[in-house]
Amino acid sequence: MKTVRYILWGLALLALVIAAGHQLSHFLGTDAENVDGFQPAFTLVNHQGDTVSEATYRGNWALVFFGFTNCPDICPTTLAELAEVMDRLSAESKEVTPLFISVDPARDSIEALTEYVSAFHPSIVGLTGSDKQISNAVSSFKAYFEREAQDSAPDGYTMAHTSSIYLMSPAGYFVRTFKYGTPPEDILEDLRGRI
Amino acid sequence: MTYSLFRSLIVAMSLFMPLVSASYAVAEPVRKDAMVVEAPWARASIGTSRPSAAYLTIHNEGTSGDVLIGIQTSVAGKADVHTMTMTDGVARMGVAGAVEIPAGNKVELKPGGMHIMLMKLAQPLEKGKSFSMTLRFEKAGNITLTVPVLGIGATGPGE
Ligand SMILES: [Cu+2]
Repeated sequence: MKTVRYILWGLALLALVIAAGHQLSHFLGTDAENVDGFQPAFTLVNHQGDTVSEATYRGNWALVFFGFTNCPDICPTTLAELAEVMDRLSAESKEVTPLFISVDPARDSIEALTEYVSAFHPSIVGLTGSDKQISNAVSSFKAYFEREAQDSAPDGYTMAHTSSIYLMSPAGYFVRTFKYGTPPEDILEDLRGRI
Repeated sequence: MTYSLFRSLIVAMSLFMPLVSASYAVAEPVRKDAMVVEAPWARASIGTSRPSAAYLTIHNEGTSGDVLIGIQTSVAGKADVHTMTMTDGVARMGVAGAVEIPAGNKVELKPGGMHIMLMKLAQPLEKGKSFSMTLRFEKAGNITLTVPVLGIGATGPGE
């Protein structure tokens, strides 16, 4: 009887060691992949009005997209694509956070962002901030945006912006980008290979 | 025997017909002389404070070029053709101005390319509804279309 108990304890211990080793190698694997990666940093306000930073989203994979709510073409198609990815991830979607960072804080108030992102998917987080916070955030991702005067646009201007989706690891490292128009299937396949 | 077969055929057809027409979401092409406008659609808007976009394909089946010089619709106070260009991954919206439609060519307005920017919306564009829009060509004159409104995240005319 005692022997059986020892064997069971032994097996439990072995399972624990294997699990820990798996976690460790998983963690090292993630880090190794990002030897040349970088960790973007930001302080912004989410569409619920809370101040957030890059640390807020640690522990989850993040799909980051830059845009503005007055954008009628690239932004809705990309957000719809993120929505499709989130829907098709099903259970794994808990490990992914889509972030929409506004590059047009003058027009994108917290209310405007709420209205906009919620039209696509409940999981999408809209982020805005002051001009300085936005430009710091965008440059920390090594992304780009610029306000451009244009008579044929609402309020006389439009925003040029990086159109790729950035994938960040749970440790907050840049992993890769998905260029504009990447089919949702390709993003899903990439994510499933990592989660 | 023949009658009952005929009747079941009618029943089967009447069951099938509404399905076909309902799934055929792409608008019929509108033709004027050699100019054909195909598959128009617009993106639903959220209220009226932000612009929306409309897309379509213009097919010039004629032997001489034409130019799209203007767009008019009662749903938008301002409607202009815009370009989207992608340089080093940066998306940039520009003004197309008058759009050349060369003889025998198709010019496609689609997400990520050219779009008709619908600004100063007079009413929200609601999915499932449609509105009237007139394209003005230098030679072909006015072509009026019915534009169905698709979802906010639609990427093509069939959605
Ligand atoms: Cu535009």
